[in-house]
Amino acid sequence: MRPFKYARATSEAEAVQLVSATPTAKFLAGGTNLLDLMKEDVERPTQIVDLTRLSHLAQIRPTLNGISIGALATNAQVANHPLVRQNYPLLSRAILAGASAQIRNMATVGGNLMQRTRCPYFYDTAMPCNKREPGSGCAAFHGLNRMHAIFGYSDKCIATYPGDMANALYALDATVKIRGANGQERTIPIRDFHRLPGDTPEQDNNLQHGELIVAVELAKNDFAKHSYYLKVRDRASYAFALVAVAAALALEGDRIKQARVVLGGVAHKPWRSTEAEDALVGKEATEANFRAAAEAAMKEAKPLAHNAYKVELGKRAIVLALQRAMDETI
Amino acid sequence: MNDKNEHPSVNDGDLESLSADEEKLLDELGLFGAARRQFLGQTLASGLGIFALQLLAKEKALAAMTSPDAVLAQNAASGDAIQVTMRINGSTQILTVDPRTVLLDALRERLGLTGTKKGCDQGQCGACTVIVDGRRVLSCLTLLASCEGKEVTTIEGLANGAGLHPMQAAFIKHDAFQCGYCTPGQICSAVALLREAEAGEASYVTRNLRTITKDLELSDEEIRERMSGNLCRCGAYPGIVAAIREVQSGRQTAQAWHFATQEEIAAVMNDKLLREGRSDETV
Ligand SMILES: Cc1cc2nc3c(=O)[nH]c(=O)nc-3n(C[C@H](O)[C@H](O)[C@H](O)COP(=O)(O)OP(=O)(O)OC[C@H]3O[C@@H](n4cnc5c(N)ncnc54)[C@H](O)[C@@H]3O)c2cc1C
Ligand code: FES
Ligand code: FES
Repeated sequence: MRPFKYARATSEAEAVQLVSATPTAKFLAGGTNLLDLMKEDVERPTQIVDLTRLSHLAQIRPTLNGISIGALATNAQVANHPLVRQNYPLLSRAILAGASAQIRNMATVGGNLMQRTRCPYFYDTAMPCNKREPGSGCAAFHGLNRMHAIFGYSDKCIATYPGDMANALYALDATVKIRGANGQERTIPIRDFHRLPGDTPEQDNNLQHGELIVAVELAKNDFAKHSYYLKVRDRASYAFALVAVAAALALEGDRIKQARVVLGGVAHKPWRSTEAEDALVGKEATEANFRAAAEAAMKEAKPLAHNAYKVELGKRAIVLALQRAMDETI
Repeated sequence: MNDKNEHPSVNDGDLESLSADEEKLLDELGLFGAARRQFLGQTLASGLGIFALQLLAKEKALAAMTSPDAVLAQNAASGDAIQVTMRINGSTQILTVDPRTVLLDALRERLGLTGTKKGCDQGQCGACTVIVDGRRVLSCLTLLASCEGKEVTTIEGLANGAGLHPMQAAFIKHDAFQCGYCTPGQICSAVALLREAEAGEASYVTRNLRTITKDLELSDEEIRERMSGNLCRCGAYPGIVAAIREVQSGRQTAQAWHFATQEEIAAVMNDKLLREGRSDETV
């Protein structure tokens, strides 16, 4: 690991100021992604600003219209908070699908949103990668791309966003609250948080350098009764998603009033399928309708050399996730 | 060095009980006084005899001894060193370290607490699991600097005097390891799991998250999911699950193995002799 200077922030303002002042400075939260990438020499910060003492940023509290989750709350705290489990069980299950118990005790909400891709070429400093080193090329495009995107990629980058929590946050229309260098707060709707790679894959998301995520906010919704997070991976647990589905339904009588289908592991950001959602609204919650929605979701998929399996797998995962969302014993 | 370094230190009695040959070897290695004490502490903690160390090149052994201090001196000079105070297994430790130091390396290389293992060093295996402020974490991805004021428990801190922690005893009873490399991490993880289940914390396979309550009794499926952050290359998983199930449920089950009896050993011996045509030698 390269040398860096370490500072422990005592206030939000100080944290933002310290990172803003140095282009190569980074915030440290749980460290589970940043330290890993520093050991691999992929991230090379010269200054680390430790956020972990900003305990007020770890609070989870009800708001007039829902809930506010502090950016420093750990994944384990969020998944097990009574209000989250009761009103947003989709979020709990998505978080619990990620990583391991140890990592969920360390990983924070802010860090989880900011986690970088798991593309092996991004990790391998001997290989070209436009995300790691803009202009060097994409080794995955003609390389081994079994884990890579089937939607929204460019010839510059085919990496996927690896996280689970964010897929649920997309389905629940979360808002990300941010504090900027000038002390101003701003909010970004979660659907505008992560970016597609386009010509600038080095930018994972729309946060500016020095901006601090302070909270994630969720409004009330009607999805608590019928939602499920399904994750398909190479082994039963403790692996990143090949395909994941955050599915949520709100029913009126026996008709679907509102639907959310967000796919993970298929694009550079959580991939909300409005095609699938449109196919579901107004219909009954039957397997045939779920199948039609799954077909609609995958219609525009453009698989690469090694990941065509994700199209069929994705369809089946969508159907199963919707079925589980309807099964009240789960 | 201003470490209040309790674990690996060796008292004068141990130093006096060295044989003349051992004394000579340590003299040859150039280890005297505090350095000798620390060195002995580390070799004892690692289960190596002093003579086993002859297998190591003299330079190598010395480098391992002196490097933390050398690095420290350099960093102190450049002003980047940081001081961290925390409690480890009940005793206060003050360490001055390079900011890059992770908890795992501090435990093993500075404090001689080599029970905590380094597997992947990347968060992928769980061998380095320790308990910080009551929760299991990966020490390989924990910056020591962020441990200021925290309470760390490692595998060395679980036993109560000579009495093993019930989870340690259950691992032995259920033959829950082969090489043992993953075991300290497995046990720390399992101990923390008990509290999580008691507090009603959920896992990915927990049904109906909206209605779960406290004091969960975990199925094997639940135990496997909750322990998925600890890999075992030897595949001792059935024993690990059995050990955790016993402690978690509080229901004792029969020991899965026993030491061979005289009769069993004799039977095997006789069998061998008969096959070799040496029936007159059987007992
Ligand atoms: C072996 C392994 C398996 C994993 N499996 C999964 C999985 O299956 N699913 C999944 O979703 N994740 C998985 N993860 C990733 C894990 O969830 C992330 O590493 C974690 O969520 C990152 O959070 P952190 O607090 O540790 O972030 P850190 O590592 O501390 O920081 C990550 C990045 O976020 C920035 N940052 C942190 N907090 C803020 C903030 N408040 N504002 C602005 N920037 C901030 C940091 O500067 C840094 O760039 C896995 C990780 C490992 C090591
Ligand atoms: S050594 Fe820490 S998880 Fe493998
Ligand atoms: S006992 Fe050998 S790795 Fe688990």
